[in-house]
Amino acid sequence: MTLLKDGFFDPEELENLPGVPSKKRLIQGPVVVIECAQEIPCNPCEEACHKKAIQIGDSIIDLPILDADKCSGCGLCIASCPGQAIFVVDTTYSDKEAAIQLPYEFLPYPEEEQLVNGLNRAGEKVCSAKVLKVLNHKKFDRTAVITIVVPIQYAMEVRNIALR
Amino acid sequence: MRKTEFAIVGAGPAGLSAAIEAARAGVKVVLADENQRPGGQLFKQIHKFFGSEAHHAGVRGIDIGTMLLQQVSQQKNVEIMLDSVVWGIFRANTSHTLGVIHNSKNIHLKARKVLLATGATENVLAFPGWTLAGVMGAGAIQTLVNVHRVLPGKRVLMVGSGNVGLIVSYQLLQAGAEVVAIVEALPKIGGYAVHAGKVARTGVPILTSTTVKEVHGKDKVEKAVLVQIDKNWQPLTGTERELEVDVVCLACGLSPLAELAWITGCKFTDVPELGGHVPIHNENMETTVPGIYVAGDLAGIEEASTAIEEGRLVGIAVAEALGYLAAGEAKDKKTEISSRAEQLREGPFGIARKQAKEQLICRSLSE
Ligand SMILES: Cc1cc2nc3c(=O)[nH]c(=O)nc-3n(C[C@H](O)[C@H](O)[C@H](O)COP(=O)(O)OP(=O)(O)OC[C@H]3O[C@@H](n4cnc5c(N)ncnc54)[C@H](O)[C@@H]3O)c2cc1C
Ligand code: SF4
Ligand code: SF4
Repeated sequence: MTLLKDGFFDPEELENLPGVPSKKRLIQGPVVVIECAQEIPCNPCEEACHKKAIQIGDSIIDLPILDADKCSGCGLCIASCPGQAIFVVDTTYSDKEAAIQLPYEFLPYPEEEQLVNGLNRAGEKVCSAKVLKVLNHKKFDRTAVITIVVPIQYAMEVRNIALR
Repeated sequence: MRKTEFAIVGAGPAGLSAAIEAARAGVKVVLADENQRPGGQLFKQIHKFFGSEAHHAGVRGIDIGTMLLQQVSQQKNVEIMLDSVVWGIFRANTSHTLGVIHNSKNIHLKARKVLLATGATENVLAFPGWTLAGVMGAGAIQTLVNVHRVLPGKRVLMVGSGNVGLIVSYQLLQAGAEVVAIVEALPKIGGYAVHAGKVARTGVPILTSTTVKEVHGKDKVEKAVLVQIDKNWQPLTGTERELEVDVVCLACGLSPLAELAWITGCKFTDVPELGGHVPIHNENMETTVPGIYVAGDLAGIEEASTAIEEGRLVGIAVAEALGYLAAGEAKDKKTEISSRAEQLREGPFGIARKQAKEQLICRSLSE
């Protein structure tokens, strides 16, 4: 398992998680991707989703289970996650591009329209990304939610940005 | 000689929570802490906590600290003594007397019940060069960076991939330092994968089965030599590698800060899952010396969330023992608090602590 050795998933580890939507659902439009793989005592994501798309249940160590049909991809759950393990991916953004919402806690924040580097889970630069939106609601409690646009083939790869 | 009903040593999450619960029931409390400000480790924790809503999950540690301070300030029965190092503890019949250096003056504080909530001390790792300036503990770095907003250096090697090593790495990155690598002697990462993930995706390599062999520099750290190790912790020759760094941060675990507890004469047992020698205690957190209670990291290295619940438990137990709460009412409260604490001790990261805690309580019955 690369997760326990290197700190990031290989694609197969990821696909089998109950919080990760199916390939079929991913091509239908914005949807949450919950990259949470260990039974740790934690459940704020469940409470953050008003659509009840995330279920953990009474035993708070259980993994979050996604009901992808209930998820609108609104992104409200992203900042609630203390592990910063929640992303929203929209592969229908345009023919060739996907939009990704990700949590971000580094200053300075990028500007909207700014070009940044798209980084994968290992922090390697894989593409160029354009910043669409920077949301920093009071409710997010100093975890900004940043929307970026990347070439569509990187939709499930890019999970961080680096300012140039 | 000053007198109170309930004296608490340490105003971290455990001590504060005990003070709040006991005072709510009517107990007169004095809370002593060596710092200028109460809160213990909480004011260094600028990240969001895990747990459920009942454990303030998703709230940053500093904000949980502020909330506890507000709750304690609403209690007229609680006096907080800051700049107060408790240096000794003496037993006389049914009460205990604490020796306290308060604002540079020695005073004696007599109490019927005492809670020791002194927290933990950091483990260090010795290697050639470990006394050079720039080799420091993760706690010191958290205090420098998060409390005083001072960066200890620019290029950091983190030793240890437990949650502390991972979180402090992330906070160093947030503060603008470069974390050159995280090394871990074990073949797998110690802390939560989600913490590892958020550090890894910034490009910090996490090197497992690797340790720091030595550190070089003239007056301060200039470079570190890493080496891979096999499963018997033997260095593999030829795998050495040099990194230019100016800080080596040690995050090699914590041990209960137990000196005061040892002085009381209470019985200890060595529990590796809880960080080493811990005082044997019963389900009320009372040690083998009647009237002396322990909670938080001193009672076993865990988390602020569990320290809060243990502190509350002591607050209720002390209120009951002093006659401020009826047995039935106290029992209901204790059951509720214990079940909240138990929720945090489930799963692969918690189960060993849960079992160790249960065994401690069994041991206390036979002592
Ligand atoms: C880097 C890091 C990250 C962490 N992240 C989390 C997290 O995300 N979630 C979580 O739940 N927990 C976390 N923890 C753990 C948490 O901080 C501790 O478990 C918790 O603070 C323990 O509480 P305590 O009240 O036992 O001790 P402390 O908070 O350490 O408080 C003890 C207090 O007692 C004082 N004291 C000690 N001896 C004396 C004496 N003789 N006289 C007077 N005063 C004395 C100390 O100065 C201190 O103020 C983290 C810890 C670290 C180091
Ligand atoms: S993105 Fe919105 S709808 Fe989907 S799980 Fe998160 S909060 Fe619920
Ligand atoms: S809030 Fe984040 S870390 Fe916690 S269970 Fe949900 S996805 Fe996992």
